[in-house]
Amino acid sequence: MRQDHLISASHLSREDIEAVLDRAADIDDDPAAFRQRHAGKVLGLCFFEPSTRTRMSFDSAMKRLGGQTVDMGPVESSSVKKGETLADTVRVVEGYADALVLRHPSEGAATMASEFVDVPLVNAGDGAGQHPSQTLLDLYTIRENAGLDDLTIGIMGDLKYGRTVHSLAEALTNFDASQHFVSPESLRLPRNVRYDLHASGAQVREHTELDEVLPELDVLYVTRIQRERFPDENEYRKVAGQYQIDSETLESAADDLTVMHPLPRVDEISPDIDDTDHATYFEQAHNGIPVRMALLDILLSQDR
Amino acid sequence: MTDDHQLRVSKIRNGTVIDHVAAGQALNVLAILGIDGTSGEAVSVGMNVPSDRLGRKDIVKVEGRELSQSEVDVLSLIAPAASINIVRDYDVVEKNRVVRPDAVASIISCPNRNCISNADEPIRSRFTVLSDGVRCDYCETIVREDEVAANLDVN
Repeated sequence: MRQDHLISASHLSREDIEAVLDRAADIDDDPAAFRQRHAGKVLGLCFFEPSTRTRMSFDSAMKRLGGQTVDMGPVESSSVKKGETLADTVRVVEGYADALVLRHPSEGAATMASEFVDVPLVNAGDGAGQHPSQTLLDLYTIRENAGLDDLTIGIMGDLKYGRTVHSLAEALTNFDASQHFVSPESLRLPRNVRYDLHASGAQVREHTELDEVLPELDVLYVTRIQRERFPDENEYRKVAGQYQIDSETLESAADDLTVMHPLPRVDEISPDIDDTDHATYFEQAHNGIPVRMALLDILLSQDR
Repeated sequence: MTDDHQLRVSKIRNGTVIDHVAAGQALNVLAILGIDGTSGEAVSVGMNVPSDRLGRKDIVKVEGRELSQSEVDVLSLIAPAASINIVRDYDVVEKNRVVRPDAVASIISCPNRNCISNADEPIRSRFTVLSDGVRCDYCETIVREDEVAANLDVN
């Protein structure tokens, strides 16, 4: 990777992405070869927002590389509660660790934190901004199931606040991918992401109905529409209901359609899809381990 | 009786005239330049004066101070047509246009209230200048040219 940190998918080149995915494939093939790779190294986990799977998968990935982790713990029991700035927190914690993973509720938090530390820093989600390590595992899953070039992908749900969507859309501009964005009008992609997609010359179309595009898709990436994005319960139910899929919805889809979701899901993918060949979201979640191992391996191996 | 123009904005002997400012932006120009009268310089402001080029324009004259190019370049964000005249002994000795800078710091506050630059952190707001607006270096929010004036962080 050209940079020491992983802050935004917009900073990733095709070569950066392929280096991580290739390394992840090596790890998948022979995990034992990486078991002691980073023995003696410590990864600092700084989660200012609740997280189960991202935190656990980074924890597991570091331990499978032979390293250890130190966890800041919940915000309620840390110095943050006493009013410490994020800039101070990361400067202190970098002394305890060889790399940091940061999740924070404010957009731009990881960019700012990276200006204050010398160890590699991974953005594990900054508000409604970016979530690039999720994107790497999404890309790995897409590559394994549908291929990253000559790809037609539909990305559906909360495109405005969905950080996994922003990162994925920007990363896909490195590949020959045609991107279809399906959402209610009020949850369209934010201006800055549309600006980047336009500037990169990506093939992009926006829709309000999945039917318009479903038959052409190789991959359907579904995200959750959150209750708190709507002024009242009724409007939320009305809108969210239009972006849920079940096996009946998928009747017009290609037989080899890959359905993905960053999880957790609530009711946007009906459980009756789980047993079909379309369902790829659990495999996607499991890919978090080899991909995060690969990412940490690359970041921790760089000459500093 | 003196003519109307004299009544509105008098000539200055030494200093800077910022002309062809978009109508209504004169006070924002002063704010960006940090000129609030407390340092004693004489400042004249004309607002909504007739202009051949702009229809209506604002004009700002600052007595006794020559503004540097880097000081005035930030004005390009709210007054892209502005011209800068340096006056010595009533004569214009230098005439320049504003040039768009690559980046600006501490001039605009990010309109995204959830941006880390609006939290109580030891950083300054910083924006990269685009062809038709600016983009927050932290949260990547894009502020269009016509929204910049409403987000100035200089008062």
